[in-house]
Amino acid sequence: MIQKNKKYFVIFVLPTLAAFIMAFVWPFFQGIYLSFCKFVTTSNATFVGFDNYIQAFQDETFSSAFWFTVAFVIVSVVFINVLAFIVGYVLTMGIRGSNIFRTTFFMPNLIGGIVLGYIWQLIFNGILLNYGKTIVADATFGFWGLVILMCWQQIGYMMIIYISGFQSIPGDLYEAARIDGANKSQLMRRITIPMMAPSITICTFLTLTNSFKLFDQNLALTNGLPGVVQASGTTVYETQMLALNIYDTFYQNANTRGVGQAKAVIFFIIVAFIGLIQLYFTRKREVQQ
Amino acid sequence: MDANVKKKSKISKTILTVVFSIIAVFYVSPIFIVLMNSFKLKTGISAEPFTLPNAQNFVGFDNYINGIFYGNYPFYKSIAISLFITIATVFVILICTAMSAWYISRVNSIVCKIIYYFCVFSMIVPFQMVMYTLSKTADNLKLNTPWGIVIVYLGFGAGLAIFMFTGFVKSIPIEIEEAASIDGAGPLRTFFGVVLPIMKPTFISVGILETMWIWNDYLLPYLVLDIKLYRTIPIHIQYLNGSYGQTDIGAIMALIILSIIPIIIFYFACQKHIIKGIVSGAVKG
Repeated sequence: MIQKNKKYFVIFVLPTLAAFIMAFVWPFFQGIYLSFCKFVTTSNATFVGFDNYIQAFQDETFSSAFWFTVAFVIVSVVFINVLAFIVGYVLTMGIRGSNIFRTTFFMPNLIGGIVLGYIWQLIFNGILLNYGKTIVADATFGFWGLVILMCWQQIGYMMIIYISGFQSIPGDLYEAARIDGANKSQLMRRITIPMMAPSITICTFLTLTNSFKLFDQNLALTNGLPGVVQASGTTVYETQMLALNIYDTFYQNANTRGVGQAKAVIFFIIVAFIGLIQLYFTRKREVQQ
Repeated sequence: MDANVKKKSKISKTILTVVFSIIAVFYVSPIFIVLMNSFKLKTGISAEPFTLPNAQNFVGFDNYINGIFYGNYPFYKSIAISLFITIATVFVILICTAMSAWYISRVNSIVCKIIYYFCVFSMIVPFQMVMYTLSKTADNLKLNTPWGIVIVYLGFGAGLAIFMFTGFVKSIPIEIEEAASIDGAGPLRTFFGVVLPIMKPTFISVGILETMWIWNDYLLPYLVLDIKLYRTIPIHIQYLNGSYGQTDIGAIMALIILSIIPIIIFYFACQKHIIKGIVSGAVKG
């Protein structure tokens, strides 16, 4: 039993709390403040109001990265979830070798994004070699390359969640439905899909946020290339996603750090918004149950 | 008729096994292609990446030997640093956050509630939001060493760990702890003697999730660590590729294989726990 006691607060909570404030709370609020400033390092910031945000919204590279990210997120969420759902379904049917398949499909998930990027760069460049091209020759290659890479990495993870969902459906539900004369597609629509709704929600949002925040794979596979010079003189990197765009704004040019921080705040608001929608869906389901 | 249906489903299951076997072979083929190429000459890799090494381009373990010393930074040092950071961080995160989570959920004062909600909040904040300010803060506090980064990771990873631990602590009946305190155990003894053993399954789940995250993490250590002295495996591999000009692609293939081996060993050693950890960690958004 532990009572409210300063001594024990110091022992149990303070070390973590101090690290948490240092590594999250302080940088977070300082980041919000700096998004309204012009700065090169944190010590020479001057307040400029909403200038950074205006510049961020006018930035062609930012809007290009935004639309590229949105397209990538939609495509990869659909592919990953449909495929992982099918694989999870088949592997819970009791076919021979299910465990080996599960082990195999999950394995790529443990490999880090940077290494994954270079593995696939080799493969895509090897295939495109036959046509005398490389992965960075065309934004379409980069886009589908990223989608394939992401599927390869994420299907196994989502499959695990789907499998545990399938296994938690009580068998007598199917039995009762079969006695009532339900056919296979009715079983799927009336029992499997509704019972799998929690897993589907979790996996959809996991893939959504994972794809949205993608950085390492993007950096290693194409690093945003190819770059196309626009009429205004700025170079738009066509396969650059939001996270990489923010990173470049910070570190390619020290004078645009304020804009980078403003972009980061916008990025945070979008991710937080997705999180809130997720919370809404999860809560709603809990009420129903 | 029943026997017929059974026979039919048996055949379709066999077909599925065959189909999935073919898919599985394709699924692991990228790793084998890299393995194959790690034994080839540089020119062999860029000209014909999908063929087995032949007499002209087979180089044995040359790529591995080159790779270990390639790029002015020995690869075994990267492995040591990655191992150290991962093990030390996971250990520190587990102990510190488990203690905090227990205190927070048992005391449940206003301060504790605020800390808890901040932790949940931190889980949805993308790293880019704090990237610059965090690396500057860490720099100012001289946390740019493998020891220092442990503290940075503790702070940045606290959110998820505290969230998962608190969820579990709430399910432990408080009577057990009351009994321990009636027997004269203080909070420290109650925690380490009674609560910690009960928390073991969650410990493993959180530990696995944190291990997978930290071992593969690239951007945080890249921004926090002093790159000239300390490079983790992902940083080293990215560094070798990013440095333009002469990139020894054979050596990089060898390094990719070397960096995958520890992961595969880890995977086969604790596959069961990994899968459990993922299922229980799936709540993270």
